[in-house]
Parts: sequence; C-alpha cells; structure tokens
Amino acid sequence: MPSSELIGTWVAAGLTLFCFSFLYKDNPFYKFAEHLYVGISAGYWVSMEYHNVFRPNLWDPLMRLDLNILFSFPRAGFAFMWQSLILIIPFAFGILFFTRFTKNFAWLSRWSMALIIGIFAGIAIIGYSTGDLILQIRANLLPLWTGNWLSSLNNILLTIGVLTSLIYFFFSKEHKGALGAGAKVGIWFLMISFGASFGYTVMSRMSLLIGRIYFIFGEWLGLIK
Amino acid sequence: MRNFFEKLEKLDRRVIFIFVAIALILPLFFPLNIKFSVTPPVKSFYDTIESLPPGSKVLLSADYDPGSMPELWPMHLAALRQMCKRNIKIISTQLWATGSPLAERAFNLVAVGEYHKQYGIDFVNLGFKEGREVVMVSMGNSIPQTFPADYHGNKTEDLPIMKGVKNFSDLAMIVNISGGLPGTKEWVLQVVSRYHIKLVSGCTAVAAPEFYPYLQSGQLVGLLGGMKGAAEYEQMVGVTGLGKRGMDSQSVAHLVIFFFIIIGNIAYFSMKLMKKEK
Repeated sequence: MPSSELIGTWVAAGLTLFCFSFLYKDNPFYKFAEHLYVGISAGYWVSMEYHNVFRPNLWDPLMRLDLNILFSFPRAGFAFMWQSLILIIPFAFGILFFTRFTKNFAWLSRWSMALIIGIFAGIAIIGYSTGDLILQIRANLLPLWTGNWLSSLNNILLTIGVLTSLIYFFFSKEHKGALGAGAKVGIWFLMISFGASFGYTVMSRMSLLIGRIYFIFGEWLGLIK
Repeated sequence: MRNFFEKLEKLDRRVIFIFVAIALILPLFFPLNIKFSVTPPVKSFYDTIESLPPGSKVLLSADYDPGSMPELWPMHLAALRQMCKRNIKIISTQLWATGSPLAERAFNLVAVGEYHKQYGIDFVNLGFKEGREVVMVSMGNSIPQTFPADYHGNKTEDLPIMKGVKNFSDLAMIVNISGGLPGTKEWVLQVVSRYHIKLVSGCTAVAAPEFYPYLQSGQLVGLLGGMKGAAEYEQMVGVTGLGKRGMDSQSVAHLVIFFFIIIGNIAYFSMKLMKKEK
C-alpha cells in the first residue's frame, strides 16, 4: 500500500473510532471529528464549485471575450452582444446574492433567488406532471380481473389501497360512516407502507455500519480476508 | 417477573448497541453463507443490461457520495463488471460533486484493472456538472455541450467514444446509481418521461420504497434496493463483494433487532397490565 494511502487509512480509521465513541456518550473526540467533517465538506464544496462551475462556465469565457470587437459594434453585430450578455447577466445575478450582506440592498438578492426558484419550479412542474401525475394515474388504472388469481388479487389490493388512502386525505367532509370506514382502511395501508419504509431504513443504516466495521477489521486491521 | 420487566424498560441503550455490534461483527469473521433468492426487480436490472448488443453506449450516472458507499459501491462495481464483460461502452456522469472521484476509482479498479479497457474508447468519465435537473434537461439537447470537457480536461467531442453521441437518443439506456437527490427520481421525472429512454436504478434502501411505483408503471426497468439488492446483483454477475458478504451480518442484526422489538413490546404491555391490576 502506498504511504499516502496508508496514512489516509489510519486517519479514516481514527476518525471512524472518534465517531463511534459517541455511542458511549458525547465527548471531545466526537466533536473534533464532527467539526472536521463539516469544515472539510464546506471547503470541498467551495473548491468544487469554483473549479467546476464558476471558472469554466463564467470566469474563463468572460476573460476570453475580445473587447476590441466592442468598438466595432455595428460590424460585429449581435453575435458579440449575445456572447457577452449570456455571461454578464448571470454574473450580475450572482453578484446580487452578495447584497445580502448589506442592510439597505439585501432585497436585491431576491431577484437572483426568484430566477433560480422560477427555473427549477418550471422544470419540476413539467417533470412532476408528466412523470409522476399522469403516468402514475395511468399505472393505477388496472383491470380487477386479469384471468390469473394472484395478479387479480394484486390489482384489487392496489386499487383498494389507492382509493382508501386518498379518502384518508380527503378533509372536506367529516370522516364518518362509509367515508370514515374507508379512511380507517386507508390508515392501515399507510401504516403498512410506513412499516416497509422503516424496515428499509433499518437495513440502510445497518449497511452503513457494516461498511465501517468492514473497513476497520478488513482494510485497516487486515483481519478479514 | 415485575422486577425483570422494570429492568428491561430501563435497559441502557448501550447494551443494545453491544448486541447489535456483535451480531454485525461475528458473521464477517465466520460467514454463514445464508442463501437468498434473486427478486424480479434485480433480475430485470441484470437482464436489461444483458440484452444490449456489444458496442452499445450506456450512460452511467454515479450520483452518490462516500456516505452511501457500503450500499452503492458494490452495485457500481458489479454494474461495471457486467457492462465491461459484455463490451458495452460506458459514458459516466455525476450530478454529485463527490461522485466524480468514486466513478474514477471504480473505472480504474474494474474497467482498467480487470478488463484492460481503454479510456476514451471503451469508457469515459465526463465528471460532475452542477445544476441538478437543469443538467438532465440540457443533456437532452446536447451531451457534448453540457459536458464540453471530461473529468481530465479533454475535449469531449474529440473522444472516440463520443462520436455520434449527441443526446439521449444516441444511448441504449441509463444506469443510475443514486444516493439521494438529485438521483433516480429526477432521472425518471425529467428524462424517462420526456425522452423515453430505458432506466435502471441502484439506490439506497431508504429510497427504494419510493421507487417501486415507478417500477410498476414501467418508468424504471430494474431496481437494486440497498445492500440486499447489491448482494442479489452480485450473485447474478458472479462476483463476491461487500454486498454478499454484508448480507450475513445484515440478517443476524435484523434478528437481534426483531428480538429486542418483541421483548420491548412484551415488557411494555405486561407492565401496563400489571399497573391496571394494581
């Protein structure tokens, strides 16, 4: 193992043990690992954003702009305008974010925020409406008798589950009588789905622990072949 | 009996931690080799890749971080092994900044180390791009424009593997290894519904229940859920990784948790009954 990798393994193992020490009780070693993780994560993200987003998408193209064309504007025409505006406008919106540090101009940062929210909301609405709403409704329109007992039972259960769960979330009328009974069945379906999610969550957390234990006993101590 | 239940109710949680730790550690040293069957979503994941003709181009989006490695790393490696074995050309992207070094490491380990594939011809790592769903939509217009340079700074359009690849219509399918957001849900909503491309997903167990409706509707063709999914997939690919090794520990730990839930409930209801009788 190269020495750099060896040091990395020892540091990772040490920090893992620091984190595990929290299981006994809160202590300075755990705090140290926690703060180090937050700090490194923040630093890594800033560096990644700078090298992968800010420089290649904005700064480098801005520096490459030939400003001499500006003086021959009528001839260079709209191509230069387009090239420069597509960089300068986002740059300006980016700068507006920093007005949050001033009391008087903090409101200007809302413009940048509004632009981002608008773009993401627009994209999300299209995705959710076509991918989630329409296709999921269509996927739930199933025949209750398919010619096979098992698949028919599956479709009937799915249909009852969808309808009763929807009834549970229908609050325009008091849950009494048939509506109340439907809502109660809906709760059962919801509980079963929460149970399945919880089971999967336990499995997920156990997997993370197995990963760390495997690292300590396998990669670090070399006890697991 | 009452004393026992009272003690049980006040049991220090650290005792449970010790039991769980023992249940997890011992099977790693003494494997039980518990048999498990391959579930249809995993089989479908495997079959979809297996059905591609050699030379097909597949997008492998590694959208996760080291935090999800125990669950997703085994499936990432196994997927690479299956694709390399079938001579499928792999174009990798990442929507998580921390996914890039992992994708690079996986390529070096499997594509270069085991199958001696050539960078730029058989596989490429286009790296990370910020923008989440915007990146996905942008790739629908042009992949080379969205990723003008690869992870190593090479011009994307100059790479032999990228010849003839403009957008999703030039790819056979998408394999997504997803650790959260953005991940499988976004690929389904933004790409599958718009560009009608096949998508298979390997995700963390926490996220898996959310994706089963997509599997039923056909928006997802295959699904690997957590370490269990990884273990089943490793079994199909014919490799033994952390997925298969970890499942023994996982099973024993589940039994321990199961035991404590039952004991806890017995203690709770018995104490309640005893208080009523008093």
